[in-house]
Amino acid sequence: MATVIIPTPLRKFTNNTARLDIQADTIDKTVSELTLNFPELKKHLLDDKGQIRSFVNIFVGNDDIRDLQQGQTAVKADTIISIVPAIAGGSR
Amino acid sequence: MSTHSTITFSKEELARYNRHIIIPEFGLEAQQKLKAAKVLIVGSGGLGSPALLYLAAAGVGTIGIVDFDVVDDSNLQRQVLFGVESIGKAKVEAAKARLEALNPHINIILYNTQLTSQNALDILKDYDLVADGTDNFPTRYLVNDAAVLLGKPNIYASIFQFEGQVSVFNYRNKEGVLGPNYRDLYPTPPPPGLVPSCAEGGVLGVLPGIIGSLQALEVIKVITGVGDPLAGRFYIFDALTFESRTFNISRRDDNPLNGKNPSITALIDYEQFCGMKAVEKPIKEITATELYDWQVKGEPFQLIDVREQHEYDFVNIGAELIPLATVAANADRFSRDTKVVVHCKMGGRSAKAIRELEEKFGFTNLYNLKGGILGYIDEVKPELTKY
Repeated sequence: MATVIIPTPLRKFTNNTARLDIQADTIDKTVSELTLNFPELKKHLLDDKGQIRSFVNIFVGNDDIRDLQQGQTAVKADTIISIVPAIAGGSR
Repeated sequence: MSTHSTITFSKEELARYNRHIIIPEFGLEAQQKLKAAKVLIVGSGGLGSPALLYLAAAGVGTIGIVDFDVVDDSNLQRQVLFGVESIGKAKVEAAKARLEALNPHINIILYNTQLTSQNALDILKDYDLVADGTDNFPTRYLVNDAAVLLGKPNIYASIFQFEGQVSVFNYRNKEGVLGPNYRDLYPTPPPPGLVPSCAEGGVLGVLPGIIGSLQALEVIKVITGVGDPLAGRFYIFDALTFESRTFNISRRDDNPLNGKNPSITALIDYEQFCGMKAVEKPIKEITATELYDWQVKGEPFQLIDVREQHEYDFVNIGAELIPLATVAANADRFSRDTKVVVHCKMGGRSAKAIRELEEKFGFTNLYNLKGGILGYIDEVKPELTKY
């Protein structure tokens, strides 16, 4: 089972769980599985066309999936997947 | 960087910076580089406070500070640059006083203004680099773009609740290779309202202290050439789990600023870029004074609060609580026969609730309380506690 690290701003949609084990062999399938189990995550991760939103970055290990095979990037049992959305702190 | 070889120090300065100078990898030359350097800090809040304190302490010769805000009590939970005596004062003025008391040997230049597309290039051009400690997406893209257009490094840091990010954007390394910038990492911003701000989501006060200090560290490394700056790397800190991760990031061919086919050659309208000027059907609003007027005159209306339970428990004005995420499921609790006033903390969430109810359920009798409960406290009930 690969591990997905959920960022702080999205943990309220995963019952406050920071690390989830997901059974999937590609990033696309991992995100599908994730949004199936936690439907409220969907609009934060995917746009209307089902593509990963551009203000969300996904890393496999230390590498950006855009430098690998994007959604087709392979996921193995010991893979650590990090979801990192843009944050800006602030008052607005 | 500004040239450093002719920089000299007084006896007092040499004594002050002694602990830097005696580090073998640092030495007098690095201290000369710091003194010669001109650093612009945008934002003197949670991130800017520690960054400014440590850069002033380190002896950065010229520090420019951009901030148009005034010090508020709620800032003091994390903005350690200020004190009680600064409340109500312009942040840049309060910052200057504090920093000069820490290090009288440096030069501090103030810009008590908002950074905009009209002034950013002019302000940034005289500095060697910029450190971005701002609190909103439009300004982050503005700072990034200005830095790239002017060829300056941009030391980026950002925080939310328990998480922080740091990177060094637009940095040319010793081999002359240019690193990625913010648009390579996040090509487009989130739509407004999708990512909460600290005022809505909160932030652990010490977190910007940690992340802002890391930002100052990277500024020092870029100025002095000591160590490896976080260029081409993106550092994330999770304060809850005490986990740090450093990701590899790269330049993207489709970066409109400096990818293969640059299409942005001037600063743009960033609020529009971030969707904050989307043409939206205006919603009906009332001011706190008008609401109070209705209350006093016995005008019939329903008052709904869309904040969270813990906010309601802290302070409320007697409304019915229906938190924002539950509004659609509880649409039948909103009256259709009388005026309904919807409020939140400042007016943002209640506007969202009203739009959702109007679009999905055809409501036509909803009014947004302008300024939210904070506006109501200011205008009508100052004895209540703001937050």
